[in-house]
Amino acid sequence: MKVVIDADLCQGQGRCFSIAPSIFGFDDLGNGVVLGDGTLTEETLELARLAQANCPEHAIFIEGDE
Amino acid sequence: MSDKPPVQDFATDFDHTDTAWVKDPYPIWQDLRERCPVAHTDRYGGAWFPATHAGVSTIAKDTEHFTSRAVIMEVGRPGEEALPAPIGVAPPITSDPPFHQIARRLILPAFAPGVINELEPQIREVCRGLLERFGDDEEVNASWDYARLIPPSVIRQMLGFPEEDTERFIEIVHMITESVDNSEEQRLAEFEPIEAYFVQQIEDHQANPRDDLTTFLLNAEIDGQKLSLEHVFGTIVLILVAGIDTTWGAIGASLWHLAHHPEDLARLVNEPDLMPVAVEEFLRYYAPVTMARLVKEDMEYLGCPMKEYDWILLGFPAANRDPVVFKDADQFIIDRAENRHVAFGLGIHRCIGSNLARLELRVAIEEFIARYPRFELAEPSAVTWAPGQIRGPRQLPLRILE
Repeated sequence: MKVVIDADLCQGQGRCFSIAPSIFGFDDLGNGVVLGDGTLTEETLELARLAQANCPEHAIFIEGDE
Repeated sequence: MSDKPPVQDFATDFDHTDTAWVKDPYPIWQDLRERCPVAHTDRYGGAWFPATHAGVSTIAKDTEHFTSRAVIMEVGRPGEEALPAPIGVAPPITSDPPFHQIARRLILPAFAPGVINELEPQIREVCRGLLERFGDDEEVNASWDYARLIPPSVIRQMLGFPEEDTERFIEIVHMITESVDNSEEQRLAEFEPIEAYFVQQIEDHQANPRDDLTTFLLNAEIDGQKLSLEHVFGTIVLILVAGIDTTWGAIGASLWHLAHHPEDLARLVNEPDLMPVAVEEFLRYYAPVTMARLVKEDMEYLGCPMKEYDWILLGFPAANRDPVVFKDADQFIIDRAENRHVAFGLGIHRCIGSNLARLELRVAIEEFIARYPRFELAEPSAVTWAPGQIRGPRQLPLRILE
């Protein structure tokens, strides 16, 4: 499974990279970015879901997740 | 403010400066969610208040039907010549697309997490210095003498303004956010000395450029052109106004909560790793900032007959208590794991200082509870709340225990 951030929806609320700094970082404007290609392991999937559940803009998507 | 008639029914005659709303707005908002859910008032020349998360979210993201030309609800309306759209008086908060994005991108890097995180030692020093001043006092005013003074010290240093002007900034902010019942002429007259002060600061930076945000703005360019002085001036006013009372309110409300929830205070003292999650719950539960918009044209919207130049009071704090979105919305859960709160707004106008506000809030609480691991309200009835769109305790006398 892969996690992606929809750059059109992201407004730089900053929740994802605070909750899951191993999965997300930020760019010069403070918007969230996925580190690497976003492939999730069994260990990181839960963390990615938590970040998703905290994004006020609903900008995080986990491809293949229910 | 006091000569206005008290509100009888918040659904048809709401007023965010009414005593009941200022004291405890949460039951009012819950009632409105159940009954309306968009409240109306003829006060302020006509205004609407969506009390649900869905209503707030829809309007916050709809820049086609609503303008940000003015964001503080008042009796008057901004004149076109005073606020040339789409820039507005304090870009980018008063700007609409497409100019908004240009003005915002210009200052976003200055508030990005990497830059802001560098300020942590400096903020900690400010907090410790204020706590030092309490000495051995057994009673301290955690709002007036602590929370109130942290944000202006930080913002002042960012802008490169003189240290002795800290109190002056606070007065300026109150003049802008609390004189909402004055006419536009009165407000403009009151603003004159403030304008003179800022012009003086800007001129000083032009003559003596240095490494601060004011110099950065003076050197910034859009399409190869330096910003107009009005733009620089407006952005400085914005940073000052948006960066002071807001964070003061958040720090004050959080300390107020801890003062009468000893179980939460004990958890934070004993489990410092909980702080980042707790900060988000403080922000959800006690979100200080309500914004405003103006309706662009007559229309039927969310089932309401909205008129051009009606205000929308955009209650992010109300959205944060909507049980449709938040489980046990009216319960403060210090380790709430899923928390999609909208304390910093939604959409393109997301608070540009959110990273700074979070950092100040976390450090201010950390330092306070490190020095005072146990405290309680000295006199609950002595706690007063700020009226208007920025909520937070003004007076917060605490008794230090042990």
